[in-house]
Amino acid sequence: MKTENNIAIKVQGLAKRFGDVQAVAAVDFEVSSGELFGFLGPNGAGKTTTINMLTGLARPDAGTIHLGGIDCTRKPRGAQHLIGVVPDESNLYPELSGYDNLCFCAALYGLSKAERQARAKELLEVFDLTKAAKRKFGGYSKGMKRRLTIAAGIIHRPKILFLDEPTTGIDVASARQLRQLIKELHKNGTTIFLTTHYIDEAERLCDRVAFIMDGRIVKVDNVTNLVEPIRAQHVLQISCADTAKNLTEELAKEFPGLTFTSPQPGLIRVESDAAIYIGALIRSLENHRIDVTEARKVKPSLEDVFVQITGINADIMRKEREKSGVKA
Amino acid sequence: MKRWIAFWNILVKDFRTYYLKPPNISWGLIFPLAWTGMFFIRSGRGLESLSSILPGVIALSILFGTTSLLAVTVTFEKKNRSFERLLLAPIPLELLMLAKTSGAILFGVVNAFVPIIMAAFLVDLSQVNWLLFIPAVVLISIASTFLGLFIAVAVSEVFEAQTFSNFFRFPMIFLCGLFFPLSALPFFLKPLAYVLPLTYGADLLHGAIHGGNIMAFPLDLIILALFCIGLFMASLRNIKRRWIV
Ligand SMILES: Nc1ncnc2c1ncn2[C@@H]1O[C@H](COP(=O)(O)OP(=O)(O)OP(=O)(O)O)[C@@H](O)[C@H]1O
Ligand SMILES: [Mg+2]
Repeated sequence: MKTENNIAIKVQGLAKRFGDVQAVAAVDFEVSSGELFGFLGPNGAGKTTTINMLTGLARPDAGTIHLGGIDCTRKPRGAQHLIGVVPDESNLYPELSGYDNLCFCAALYGLSKAERQARAKELLEVFDLTKAAKRKFGGYSKGMKRRLTIAAGIIHRPKILFLDEPTTGIDVASARQLRQLIKELHKNGTTIFLTTHYIDEAERLCDRVAFIMDGRIVKVDNVTNLVEPIRAQHVLQISCADTAKNLTEELAKEFPGLTFTSPQPGLIRVESDAAIYIGALIRSLENHRIDVTEARKVKPSLEDVFVQITGINADIMRKEREKSGVKA
Repeated sequence: MKRWIAFWNILVKDFRTYYLKPPNISWGLIFPLAWTGMFFIRSGRGLESLSSILPGVIALSILFGTTSLLAVTVTFEKKNRSFERLLLAPIPLELLMLAKTSGAILFGVVNAFVPIIMAAFLVDLSQVNWLLFIPAVVLISIASTFLGLFIAVAVSEVFEAQTFSNFFRFPMIFLCGLFFPLSALPFFLKPLAYVLPLTYGADLLHGAIHGGNIMAFPLDLIILALFCIGLFMASLRNIKRRWIV
């Protein structure tokens, strides 16, 4: 049951323009309390701008924002006590040590001295930064900076956490550890708004995702709902040494019932509702004097949904642009 | 209570990272010394003229000390994005900006006492009206800090802040009656003097130190206080309009 009380984030008609760029255009969505919501989109789609408006760092041109029931349109920065933010770039103090940075951030939220110190030590431990605790933040490596920035974002145990590309720029082990931490925060009831480029990451972590492109949400749904329709699909990816030839049309004539696309030169993607038999395909390619280096059956994933949806969108937009071009 | 924990820690952090740095401390000492020396040499007069120079030196120490530091604490943090960290915290903007400026105000007050202490070794300060001197110094500190804040939030680069603040600071040396009486100004510059806050501050100091004020004290105090309020409000407005874009 959805009541106003268990909606953590509610956004209606949110829009923001920078000069000629419509960074965010009429975005609507809701995130329930305790939900892990993924915000996916290519570079420049408007993810960070959306977070900035939600967290009071940018002023929307239009639309309304409610965080934890607080109307942040009327009271900008009115819900700051509820939220934690991990920005895409670090915003800690380079001249303070890691430990002092955490204590200072905790103090901004009014934690007592004992609490601040205990929490800072705890988080330094969690993020494997205890040894670097006394070193200046400015001298940290990129990944260490990222980890401390994340620690600073959760030091006051926020109810709603905004994570802007948390795993970008950190090594595999730290990224895995971080995902584990996000899962734990989620389990403990924190509402999490996560933006990422890594669609597999979103698929693994999120309850629901929104795809955003050119400042518009093109799809919002449960991850399972999104992937379900294509789960039954069979997908084969064939890599070829020769990248010049594009045989998708000839192959489609030869194998009716299969769909052929070439997402990039040297890669042929075969899709079908029924099982795909590899032998005949490879033989046919070899008859065309194509050197096949690899053929791999892949499980359809959220990424395929993403490509499908955003691809369709790009198509529609192109047509619209052509239409308006004809008029003009 | 929670807000005051934040307030106090912002203040302490600024003191530790900016104010107590050796360059700032030495700046606070050398600056008044240099000005005093320069005016002695220029005027060619003896020690007895010190008390007429003192108000100007004190006012300048405060003005330059506070505005230089504020340009760093605010503009620099805006540039490296740590100011966003403060905006994300659950503190009202007014309190946040007071926390960012109280350090500079205190720094200004302390700076004002450097020339006073130096002068105490050279001349008799027994006729100084301390009851007027203290509030004058505090008000001048507040007004010049808020002037610095106003400048800092009107620009986006540190070097712009320096240029822009010099645009205000250097004319004030000559226009505010610090070393030359206002009556010595050409008539077309006089109106300019009356729209600068330091004019009223300097008048208070002249009055407190050697009884040389030209306006009534309450008038000086009220106008200076109005400048403080006006500059602070204008700065808040600018932050909301230009920084939260
Ligand atoms: N302060 C700004 N001034 C001008 N344009 C801006 C500003 N901030 C964002 N934009 C523009 O708005 C659009 C959306 O930017 P945004 O940073 O929100 O994208 P994003 O989805 O976070 O991208 P990325 O994945 O690269 O982080 C971009 O075209 C960007 O150039
Ligand atoms: Mg971004």
